[in-house]
Amino acid sequence: MGAVMSVEEIVGSLESGMTIGIGGWGSRRKPMALVRAICRSSLTDLTIVSYGGPDVGLLCAAGKVRRVAAPFVTLDSIALEPHFRAARQSGAVHFTEYDEGMFMFGLLAAAHRLPFLPTRAGLGSDVMRVNPGLRTVRSPFEDGEELVAVPALTLDAALVHLDLADTRGNGQYLGPDPYMDDLFAKAAVRCYLSCERMVEPGELAGPPQTLLVSRMHVTGVAETPNGGHFTDRGPGQPRDEAFQRHYAASAAGPEAWAEFTGRFLSGDEAAYQEAVRQWHEEERR
Amino acid sequence: MNGATRAEVCVVACAEAWRGDGEMLAAAMGTCSILGARLARLTFEPGLLTTDGGALLTAEPVPLGAPAGAVEGWLPFREHLWLVQNGRRHVMMGASQIDRHGNTNISAIGDWARPSSQLLGARGAPGNTICNPTSYWIPRHSTRVFVPKVDMVSGVGFDRAAELGPEASRFHALRRVVTDLGVFDFRTPDGSMRLVSVHPGVDVGQVSAATGFDLEIGGDVPETRRPTDEELRLIREVLDPASARDREVRA
Repeated sequence: MGAVMSVEEIVGSLESGMTIGIGGWGSRRKPMALVRAICRSSLTDLTIVSYGGPDVGLLCAAGKVRRVAAPFVTLDSIALEPHFRAARQSGAVHFTEYDEGMFMFGLLAAAHRLPFLPTRAGLGSDVMRVNPGLRTVRSPFEDGEELVAVPALTLDAALVHLDLADTRGNGQYLGPDPYMDDLFAKAAVRCYLSCERMVEPGELAGPPQTLLVSRMHVTGVAETPNGGHFTDRGPGQPRDEAFQRHYAASAAGPEAWAEFTGRFLSGDEAAYQEAVRQWHEEERR
Repeated sequence: MNGATRAEVCVVACAEAWRGDGEMLAAAMGTCSILGARLARLTFEPGLLTTDGGALLTAEPVPLGAPAGAVEGWLPFREHLWLVQNGRRHVMMGASQIDRHGNTNISAIGDWARPSSQLLGARGAPGNTICNPTSYWIPRHSTRVFVPKVDMVSGVGFDRAAELGPEASRFHALRRVVTDLGVFDFRTPDGSMRLVSVHPGVDVGQVSAATGFDLEIGGDVPETRRPTDEELRLIREVLDPASARDREVRA
């Protein structure tokens, strides 16, 4: 049963060198409070498995990442993630580049404790060239078709962010898309769940099919109000586009980025939220 | 009629990509392409399914950027990726590079191991091209985009598909490429790119000069068809009253 934990306790239980899956998609419902806490931690040498967005960018900028496994890294309303680009172009991170569907099959394989799953996605493309470890598998049936064997994307830990969760670690999403968060939870040895708001068991109202993540897969749950900021969350909590633009613009050079980190990322989560509030107040003037 | 702008010609040329598709998802990226999908559904291809740009299949085609309104289905990313495998989907993607056999790159420019410019990553391009019909919308036709050889094959072209053999490539189908200059397809013996039509005001020499490889060009290249009055009304008054299309393709 998921234990209620603090953000610091969750990040304190992770180890350098781990393979960590991060839920959400692009700049949508990312566990940003947990990502910010990893940036503050002493963790290094991480492999990040993600439908990548600013989670990947921030961790690259903080020097936490050895390898990124992803089909893309984007901020959605801003096509290219500037810190991920910089890390790739300087050779600072290794990249395992997959097709989106291939990537889902890797998570599905891990969730089912299978060594691989077959798919057509990837055949004929340079995804096969840049991942020389990928293999194909031939159908044993009459068709004899050759397919990509996507290896299981088994995770040491998964970090996901849901709109609501209960104190046992059951998680609920309120927006139109669950993304792949349940698959990340099932593909991981341990899953940590953060939520915008925490309720008592039995208080997660609404259609049962929105109860996406089960406590049987959750090791720890933390309440992180506005913890998905600045990404898009459920209804009424759209992406903070102005702040995302500020984040992206601040990646332009070392001075601008030092100013951004000094102002927003040098304190704890409460300090971040307060600094964002003040920034918006200044912008309104 | 014809005060149609270049962007409006492009919207209609994109719409034509889905002609004859019947009941399948018209997936689109880029303003003129999204408008094209919705225009096709509003006119000659009413069976198409279109989205709100997110996880919702809308009951009717909605204006660009408008809320979904009434909904007829649910298509979160996991279902969308499943649909790619299932094949009842014709996607029109963008491309940072494309070669004469229709190989495309949205991943990275330069040496992949340490790119001079990291782009999006392969996204769904490998699966799209090998599993369901694919077209491309390229708003700025230039020799930077139309290159002899792409730096990374994210989207699979006809030569790569042929190497895979008939079994593995049986769902590979590149339909057409629409740019701000013209319309192209691959209906040649070796699946190399062919100029189908030039947009009004564009000449064939201009297209050749903006293309970094030899196009198949027939003797008499027709002009891309102009929008009908009804299509212009739908584009201007219903689907894109704020003229987002003119920010993608200059008038």
